[in-house]
Amino acid sequence: MISANKHGFTLSKWRYLKQDIFLVSVWFSALLLAGIVIAIFGYIIINGIGAINWEFLTTPPREMMTKGGIMPAIVGTFYLTCGALLVALPLGVAAAIYLAEYAKDGSVVRFIRIMINCLAGVPSVVFGLFGLGFFVIFLGFGSSILAGSLTLGCIILPTIISASEEAIKSVPQTFREASLALGISKWQTIQKIVLPVALSGIMTGSVLSVGRAAGETAPIMFTAATFFTTQLPESIFDEVMALPYHIYVLATAGTYIEETRPLQYGAVLVLISLIFMINIGAILLRIYSRKNKRW
Amino acid sequence: MNEQPIISVRNVNFYYDSFHALKDISLDFAPNSVTALIGPSGCGKSTLLRLLNRMNDLIDKIRLEGEIIFEGKNIYDPGVDPVEVRKRIGMVFQKPNPFPKTIYKNISYAPKLSGVNNSDELDAVVEQSLRQAVLWDEVKDILNRSAMTLSGGQQQRLCIARALAMKPDIILMDEPTSALDPISTAKIEELIDELKKDYTIIIVTHNMQQAARVSDKTGFFYLGSLIEYDVTKKIFTMPQVKQTEDYITGRFG
Repeated sequence: MISANKHGFTLSKWRYLKQDIFLVSVWFSALLLAGIVIAIFGYIIINGIGAINWEFLTTPPREMMTKGGIMPAIVGTFYLTCGALLVALPLGVAAAIYLAEYAKDGSVVRFIRIMINCLAGVPSVVFGLFGLGFFVIFLGFGSSILAGSLTLGCIILPTIISASEEAIKSVPQTFREASLALGISKWQTIQKIVLPVALSGIMTGSVLSVGRAAGETAPIMFTAATFFTTQLPESIFDEVMALPYHIYVLATAGTYIEETRPLQYGAVLVLISLIFMINIGAILLRIYSRKNKRW
Repeated sequence: MNEQPIISVRNVNFYYDSFHALKDISLDFAPNSVTALIGPSGCGKSTLLRLLNRMNDLIDKIRLEGEIIFEGKNIYDPGVDPVEVRKRIGMVFQKPNPFPKTIYKNISYAPKLSGVNNSDELDAVVEQSLRQAVLWDEVKDILNRSAMTLSGGQQQRLCIARALAMKPDIILMDEPTSALDPISTAKIEELIDELKKDYTIIIVTHNMQQAARVSDKTGFFYLGSLIEYDVTKKIFTMPQVKQTEDYITGRFG
């Protein structure tokens, strides 16, 4: 680097060195991060891949969960996450529409925003206890897909609200003006112009939040997940097995913890692969929507 | 011009928060004519334009005194629905702003939401509007292509066609050619000349030649006041007020 000082332009070796040290340290930090992710994935893949086969994915556990597969847990997790999205998406988008399009800055709106941020910061086990107290006991849903979905829905709600609000706010004002100037009402403008344009952003945020919901253990262990079942659920009032809880059970609460190690790794591999695929889906959605954006 | 005005501005004062943007403005707009509003940036001409179809309602902390009479009724009366006002008084914006939809859907959007459901009827509205905006021949084979693929000039004519589809009485144009090249600008100006047979056009422009070319009457605004309002020829050949003369001869602005 060349620096100007009273002696004119002289090369400052010290500055070069400082810059290099800084560069190496940020580079190392980035590398470390990638390394941690690769290490976790690698460890799980190496230990888990052996357990993965068709039978593992399509049959229920057998012989005190030391044999057989994890099919009921995969199905349960699928139901719970879809349920959570079904609960949180309409509510979250509605709240985002209010905040982005209608709310005028005032103390009430500020209070709502603070509450949403608080909701995002609540530990998941607290959600689990809330779900137990409110949905399972007070509303009498029992430990069920319904109660678990509602609880997971509460967890992903703030993420969906923030993502949707951002997406709605990024819709150019000129689109709204164009529609309003044609004598179209505000609500119709939101329905027909704003939401379709914001949709890909809303979906990206929602899919990412689903990835989080799929991996949560604490909120479902009191509200939906069952220790063991070979039955698939028949209604939303049935208990289900779920992948994260199944992993927890196999690793801590079973009778034959050591014997089920391969199954544990297998289940973990299935779970993170699911979440990984969901996140890839969100990324593809984002790339796709950026490509189609031309304003 | 002894005709009954189609829309009249009566003693309008307008405030953004504490800023006095329009000061006691009164003027009449004649039907089937083109009126140009000129003046330096910030003089209030766009503000006035956006008052005429209640687009300023979207902004917080505004205050209006006075009346804007359209068809014998003050459009700011409490009982008046701004949505209905905007159906009759359309608007074209500075930057072409087609919806990210197909060309067809850009035009059919508003009529459809206003109750035209018959597809033959919609087809007819789309074709008629595009023909009126002299865009039909260029797009008739690509009606299902995204409007975003059109050139800037075509997009602006599409926006005009979109406004025409609602069959308004008045079309407000807010510097409609300021983002366009000279050829596209010429096309829009020709179009304006054509449209005044059926519509009343009020256009805000920074381009004085444009005002001189397309308008029948011109109003000159300065610092929120209407300085001079007269037949365009008169404004540009023998303005009565010194400020108008200074502005149109390029001494300030």
